[in-house]
Amino acid sequence: MTPLSALLLRDMRLAVRIGGGALMGVLFFLIVVTLVPFAVGPDLAQLRRIGPAILWIGALLASLLALDRLFAADHEDGSLDLLLMGRTPLELAVLAKAVAHWITTGLPLVLATPLLGLFLNLEPAAIGAVALTLLVGTPALTCIGLIGAALSVALRRGGLLLPVLVLPLTVPVLIFGVAAANAAIVGPVPFGAPFLILSALTLGSLVLGPFAAAAALRHGLE
Amino acid sequence: MALIDLANPTRFLALTARVLPWLAAATTVAFAVGLYLIWAVAPDDYQQGATVKIMFIHVPSAWLAMGAWSVMTIAAIGTLVWRHPLADVAAKSAAPLGAAFTFLALFTGSLWGRPMWGTYWVWDARLTSVLVLFLMYLGVIALWRTVDDPSRAGRAAAILTLVGAINLPIIKFSVDWWNTLHQPASVLRLGGPAIHPAIFTPLLVTALAFLLLFVTLHLAAMRNEILRRRVRAMWLMQAHAAQGA
Repeated sequence: MTPLSALLLRDMRLAVRIGGGALMGVLFFLIVVTLVPFAVGPDLAQLRRIGPAILWIGALLASLLALDRLFAADHEDGSLDLLLMGRTPLELAVLAKAVAHWITTGLPLVLATPLLGLFLNLEPAAIGAVALTLLVGTPALTCIGLIGAALSVALRRGGLLLPVLVLPLTVPVLIFGVAAANAAIVGPVPFGAPFLILSALTLGSLVLGPFAAAAALRHGLE
Repeated sequence: MALIDLANPTRFLALTARVLPWLAAATTVAFAVGLYLIWAVAPDDYQQGATVKIMFIHVPSAWLAMGAWSVMTIAAIGTLVWRHPLADVAAKSAAPLGAAFTFLALFTGSLWGRPMWGTYWVWDARLTSVLVLFLMYLGVIALWRTVDDPSRAGRAAAILTLVGAINLPIIKFSVDWWNTLHQPASVLRLGGPAIHPAIFTPLLVTALAFLLLFVTLHLAAMRNEILRRRVRAMWLMQAHAAQGA
């Protein structure tokens, strides 16, 4: 087993065994979606219209939940120092942690989307579109959040700072995610263009995120 | 004088002590000329009346709102690549200034929008991306304030600044795209015909005045930051000595 796959499996085991991180995110997602009808009213036609936006906002907030523990837990027990000194490039180690984080927190959100879509009176095709855009878009959220997690790793109030740093950077992902979902449902723009840009954002942040996060960890902990 | 000569904070303090009064005087003169041109020379707009004069504060502020982030980006590269000792001082001092000019641009724009568009705020592409820029300035300032060690805070803020510099054009582009999708051509545009020289010259003069103001305030803030760090070092040494005794 290579060091990277070992790291990936370790992080996934930790996420599943301790505190049920995956379930917590989905539960939070469910609660956010449940709260919205109380605020905007139970009108099913309106909920159907703004459904994709609600699901995206809920997933965006839920994906922030576990981020502050991503490096902080490793920093506290010392394993982050081992990663920093290890022979594996830190960028790749950070990417492996990000993949594990996405599988345990991002993917469950995508899987929960069809059920939550039913609550919001979405058509099956619309549910598919939202789930697909979330599947493509949530890795970008994880990778952007990675930078914030690395920047706030050694801070006492990092949990508060993290959303402030990360949320403005997620604006493009949110715009194109919701636009692609809406384009598939009502038009008038074709689904392809915003969806491709969303994919490009994900690929770009897959590159930018690990490098910036690794640099932040190196500078923050020396 | 090369940039590296300024790496010595004492030399920087000595140089800026000589330059700052002249800069402040030049700023005052530029503002005086600019104000005269605005009120005596520039005509009122035939449609907008006197409210067009808001432009002379609004436009330079918006330019500086973006300019300050560029200054921070260059300083961030200086921090991370060359470890220039004054780069993170420059970055830290530029952030509140950038935030202030961004706020000024938003605030004056909002005041201008009320009589012109009939509302204080529209989710127009420009307004929205400037708002996001403002939020990012506040994020950088928050990061500076959360980390107590200045050089560690400097490197963290430098990384965030660079990430922001890459992201800001993407945000701008996506907000433009989002806006054309949601509300096509619902907002009056200033552009139209090219700006008349009678307005353009005062605008350039005020822009120069604002630029001088920024440089003056930035250098003064850098001096304060250097002195603040010296005071901090002295406090730490005193605390150390008290502990040892």
